[in-house]
Amino acid sequence: MNLASLSASYLRARPLHTALSLMLLALGVATIVVLLLVVGQLEERMNRDARGIDLVVGAKGSPMQLILSGIYHLDAPTGNVPLAAAQTLTKNRFVKKAIPLALGDSWKSYRIVGAGHDYPSHYGAVMAGGRLWEKPMEAVLGAEVAARTGVKVGDKFVGAHGIGGEGDEHKEAPYTVVGVLAYTGSVLDRLVLTGIESVWQVHEVHQGPQDEADRKGMEADREVTVVLLQYASPLAAATLPRQINSKSELQAASPAVETARLFRIIGVGAEALRAFAIILMIAAGLSVFIALYTALEERRYDLAVMRTLGASPRRLFGLLLLEGLGLALLGALIGVALGHLFASLLGAWLESEQQYAVSGLAWREEELWLAGAALAVGFLAALLPAWRAYRTDVSGTLAHG
Amino acid sequence: MIEVRGLAHRYGSAPALQVAQWRVAQGERWAVIGPSGSGKSTLLHVLAGLVRPSEGEVEVSGQSLGKLAGATLDRWRGATVGIVLQALHLVRHLSVRDNLRLAQYLAHLPQDDTRIHDTLASLGVADKAGRRPPELSQGERQRVAIARAVVNRPKLLLADEPTANLDDAAAALAVDLLAEQAARHGATLVVATHDARVKTKLRDRLELA
Repeated sequence: MNLASLSASYLRARPLHTALSLMLLALGVATIVVLLLVVGQLEERMNRDARGIDLVVGAKGSPMQLILSGIYHLDAPTGNVPLAAAQTLTKNRFVKKAIPLALGDSWKSYRIVGAGHDYPSHYGAVMAGGRLWEKPMEAVLGAEVAARTGVKVGDKFVGAHGIGGEGDEHKEAPYTVVGVLAYTGSVLDRLVLTGIESVWQVHEVHQGPQDEADRKGMEADREVTVVLLQYASPLAAATLPRQINSKSELQAASPAVETARLFRIIGVGAEALRAFAIILMIAAGLSVFIALYTALEERRYDLAVMRTLGASPRRLFGLLLLEGLGLALLGALIGVALGHLFASLLGAWLESEQQYAVSGLAWREEELWLAGAALAVGFLAALLPAWRAYRTDVSGTLAHG
Repeated sequence: MIEVRGLAHRYGSAPALQVAQWRVAQGERWAVIGPSGSGKSTLLHVLAGLVRPSEGEVEVSGQSLGKLAGATLDRWRGATVGIVLQALHLVRHLSVRDNLRLAQYLAHLPQDDTRIHDTLASLGVADKAGRRPPELSQGERQRVAIARAVVNRPKLLLADEPTANLDDAAAALAVDLLAEQAARHGATLVVATHDARVKTKLRDRLELA
């Protein structure tokens, strides 16, 4: 017997009140934990994917669409731009690094990205097996693509036109898998990489028989979808976007600006959810308060008797406070566990949808703050009941009972 | 053992209790009698240090209660005084054993299950140790309440109207049990009562007006 086990016995003696308080608190904490995990991991991944990319250049359209399609491979591309225009960018003195990408095809709804070897090396990718592409129609799979499709080095597959996985298949131009990338934790994991020439070839083959003149013409017409740029100096930020946007066929979009805009939009929903969770936690605090306060009436004899048995008022105060804190601690623990469980379920679902994966196994520092906040709620809710217990009028209570 | 001089207590301006002089030796058994409102319960609460009297001096077991305060007084009470209340007030959701452990814990004494068993056995309720109070009969509950009051071997055992609502046989038994337990622990027994059946069983009487 000690104060903790005694307070626990009182919580067990009122299972309904205790369960209600725990549930409200746990749901509030769990909601915030899920938010922290999802928003935090999304932000982390988006930042990691956009690291080292200062500007995305592509066809005119929505700048956010350009970012979403060019960096994150989430949206449809805005269109293509002439290869020549992209090549002049590489020679611009404000550009340190330029990575042209050709998009538009997919395989089992994983996007096929035509690129140079500088694209995987930008993300620090290493091979898990095989080698990088050398010739047209050789492909390298991202770690997740390989894991989920079970396709190995040496296998062949046929890409489809479009990014939804429902377009015409390019049956006459199969790809051969020559390598698989190790897990990078970046967008590469969900991509199929190939040489930029492969993408051209797939579409040129489409157009049937051709002579030398046709081929020359097609080469002149070759296009890329986006070019990822890294600035040579901070000065470039001031001039390069304006310089590019003034050319009629090109558009430049800044990942920093567009992702910030995106998070402002997501942020409204996240804020609403967060407010809802805070309301839940306040309701939990009220529930703890009401449970303890109404229980005082039936407990006043117990409290008076404890005083006759030698308990000081301070001990009774501690007993009630411990009940509030115990509820809060248990509620926070259940909430954190539930939050991680929800995040894992959400992650499993998102993964099956080939979206950004969310892990329920990662921890965030904010969760400690959250547990602290839950304890504060329990403390505040128990304060007044504890004070009333402290002030128990032993003689008066016993004289009437 | 008990020494009371010039004791008076008032609730507001209404006099609740007056005892000019009262001396009790260790081991004696007293009945405090008087009509309701004469301050029997108040006197018991004064003796237990639960009420600070408006006037007068009270000494229990060599300790002047006016000199004790706060947690020291609470600790003294837990170790020195055992109280049996009319409504018993056992903690409903704790087992009989835990009710007695609670008494040891709150008095800052070691929790001693052998002592608890012996105490319960001396009152014939050792087999009820695992039960909760609502599962017991009224008579068993009274024995448990007495056990809780004596488990810390108090020097002073107080009982407030222990026989109210009991039939003759049960009332006689209750007083016998209290006297027996007081004797067993060498405690002084003070019973506040307006019950004629009790008065005949206790030799010494303090009459309050």
